[in-house]
Amino acid sequence: MSWSHIVFGNLSVDALPLYSAIAATAASVVVLGAVGTFALITVLGKWRYLWSEWFTSVDHKRIGIMYIVIALVMLTRAVIEGVMMRMQQAVALDSPGYLPPDHFAQLFSTHGTIMIFFMAMPFLTGVINYVMPLQIGARDVSFPLLNSISLWLTAAGAVIMMASLCLGKFSTGGWTGYPPYTGIAFNPGVGPDYWIWAVTLGTVGSTLTGINFAVTIYKERAPGMRLMYMPLFCWTALCTSILMIFAMPPLTVATGLLALDRYLGMHFFTNDLGGNMMNYANLLWLFGHPEVYILVLPAFGVYSTVFSTFSSKTLYGYTSLVGATICIAVLSFTVWVHHFFTMGQSADLNAAFGTATMMIGIPTGVKIYDWILTMYRGRIRFTVPLLYALAFLLLFVVGGLSGILLANPAVDYQVHNTLFLVAHFHNMLIPGVLFGMLAAYHFWFPKAFGFRLNETWGRIAFAFWASGFLFAFMPLYALGALGMPRRTQEFFNPAYLPYTIVAAIGGLLILAALASLFIQLGVSISRREETRAFAGDPWNGRTLEWSTSSPPPEYNFAILPRVEGKDAFHRMKEHGEAYLRPDAYEPIEVPRNSAMGPVIGVSGAAVAFGLVWHIWWMACLGLLVIWGAVIARSFVRNTTRVIPASEVEATERRWLDAVSRTQRVTRDDELQPANRGLAVASAT
Amino acid sequence: MSEFSLKHPGINLGANDPEAHEAAEEVVFGFWVFLMSDLILFSLLFATFVTMIDATAGGPGGKELFDPRSVAAETGVLLASSFTFGMASIAMKYRSNRGVLLLWLAVTLLLGLTFLGLELHDFISMIGKGAGPDRSGFLSAFFALVGMHGLHVTAGSIWIVVMMVQTLVFGLSADVKIRILRLGLFWHFLDIIWVGIFSVVYLRALA
Repeated sequence: MSWSHIVFGNLSVDALPLYSAIAATAASVVVLGAVGTFALITVLGKWRYLWSEWFTSVDHKRIGIMYIVIALVMLTRAVIEGVMMRMQQAVALDSPGYLPPDHFAQLFSTHGTIMIFFMAMPFLTGVINYVMPLQIGARDVSFPLLNSISLWLTAAGAVIMMASLCLGKFSTGGWTGYPPYTGIAFNPGVGPDYWIWAVTLGTVGSTLTGINFAVTIYKERAPGMRLMYMPLFCWTALCTSILMIFAMPPLTVATGLLALDRYLGMHFFTNDLGGNMMNYANLLWLFGHPEVYILVLPAFGVYSTVFSTFSSKTLYGYTSLVGATICIAVLSFTVWVHHFFTMGQSADLNAAFGTATMMIGIPTGVKIYDWILTMYRGRIRFTVPLLYALAFLLLFVVGGLSGILLANPAVDYQVHNTLFLVAHFHNMLIPGVLFGMLAAYHFWFPKAFGFRLNETWGRIAFAFWASGFLFAFMPLYALGALGMPRRTQEFFNPAYLPYTIVAAIGGLLILAALASLFIQLGVSISRREETRAFAGDPWNGRTLEWSTSSPPPEYNFAILPRVEGKDAFHRMKEHGEAYLRPDAYEPIEVPRNSAMGPVIGVSGAAVAFGLVWHIWWMACLGLLVIWGAVIARSFVRNTTRVIPASEVEATERRWLDAVSRTQRVTRDDELQPANRGLAVASAT
Repeated sequence: MSEFSLKHPGINLGANDPEAHEAAEEVVFGFWVFLMSDLILFSLLFATFVTMIDATAGGPGGKELFDPRSVAAETGVLLASSFTFGMASIAMKYRSNRGVLLLWLAVTLLLGLTFLGLELHDFISMIGKGAGPDRSGFLSAFFALVGMHGLHVTAGSIWIVVMMVQTLVFGLSADVKIRILRLGLFWHFLDIIWVGIFSVVYLRALA
């Protein structure tokens, strides 16, 4: 073995993406983007600020924002990849188009992997992180340092995804990575290894997040807040966390055993010597099906909040919504076989799983009616979050119905592996999850940053997202029914062409939507003085997060609120108990910042990168650093600091003084500059 | 809330150290949740093993490979270590003298290392007979399940060493006690997993 092999493993100049101009361009954009960001931070002299205020922060609010930043960066990459695929199919009739098959296969693999693990998961984890502790009246999550470690593990996975664009090729095995195709016999390259380790890093982070959130909700609720007093968003966060605790380990096992096959020549999923790929299918979907509810339940929670707030009404059918959420969480573990109806099990088994699948439509239907009835006779304002929620309400029903069709094994046999399926799950995930996360971003942005987002650009972005979704994915239902297989790089049936062209136009509209989202952010920041809402309550909110300043202080609540019912802040406002000055303040203990998160994240990325390229010293060193850091940290005694009562008092006084100077606005002026975050207490 | 409403499963520090007892509640609950997640991991490895029992691909099966004496010794040693850890927990709860605690922790560590030595010996002799994890699906599943348990015992042993050092350096402070509580849960958990491995993997093949 040569020295260069010991130092660099399998990594060599050949790993550079010079095989295609498009791949080389993409890699250059990533590298230039990274270098540019580094240079910008250096020129601005912001490294110290970023390190001490953000990277090492264990404050759930900062961690939540960092999660969402990761999600937006990864969303950008994965949207571009999706649009590239739509463009390819628009020109692929009797023509190889502009993307070679191998590159096309990498694109659908990275697109799916990123959208699930590095866009949707960080987005919802970020939103829950920011909002849930505030809504239950807590000062932080139960394990703030663990929270930071989860964030950095997710970031490490995202970095590995980005590295795969620049060095070597990613997997061509789709986001599910089915062996034996992804086994060493058919795929000796680094692609599946990139997939395995990026996903594993993200999964471990999510498992720890699930534990953290569940314990927080069980143990950290404010005095008096019973479970049935919690905002519905917290209920969905709880159910999602429990699903993470139970559903992430199957994926860890699946990727771990696949890695053992690839690295140590074992035979879990190989074609020979007793391997059985059906075990992989079962393990993966034992994770994969609950995963879709991990994704969509928090969005349901966001929609519940949005419908209720922008109708100025309490949530209709709260108890039934809680019951439906729990129902969905339980049923999600009983349907996984519907992802492989065609893979050889008996008709009876398929029938059982098909029936279970259709049953999920029942609690979901309950929710739809509850949301509609929440709006009934409400004081409805068509703000951007409500627009997303309304689009969701209509489109999600369409997607749900196509799901009921697919739940029938006989129908599934006809359309499996076609674009019908692609249309179905995008119909669930875009209006379901993405619109929910965008609504959340819009809704809670003023809480996090102290000013509202620009409404006009928000509406433009919404119009592009909604129309782009319709144009891009409705044709895929037709294409699927016509029999066009998914993941097709080139086709020969002219009947497909009109639909693929429409879908490509839809892709461009979605690109415009993404651009509008960033323009909106820029416009909002530059005009932030017009929309400041420091007083904290721009939407006449009903739950406790709106009872703090915007942004909230590090400790969230100077005095932990006492909760006596649902819609706690709404009650406080009605009873004139909001914005009261307490007689005395007490010192508050908060956790100190810690470098553990960054250390474990960087080491985790090093382990993954070392394993991908067989740079064994790097992998071993990374593992040693992780374990050494954990042990060393357990000897650190001084992990908290105390904010003195005088500082708390000064912070609170500054806010309460601002509140008393602020003009209350009615809902008529909600979107006007007059709205400085203080609402007229009545429902109008 | 009175301190009695804050009980968690497992040994409670209770009235002997009310302050540590109150602090223990949330972290011990969190650790139980973690163990639940870990249990899913093991249960799937069990399920994988069970589906691959016959996937020997013409190679040796459990009956030819497993040595009953070695399995008996491993089981005895590990069960004994659970007992000695129980003694360590009781010493931590009722004695202010940390010498007894350290002694029981040391005995537990010794038993854990003995278990690991026996298991490693088994593995090496199996690989020597050409029955390594790359021989068949059955052996892959065997090494993954039993090896995963072994890795956990290794992590637990390192943890015991760390806690012995912390007991010496910091004394029996609240956070050291709460960590030993969690270490205890982890150690007994591994014992329960071993009972599963003994029954499903070894007893089934040898009986």
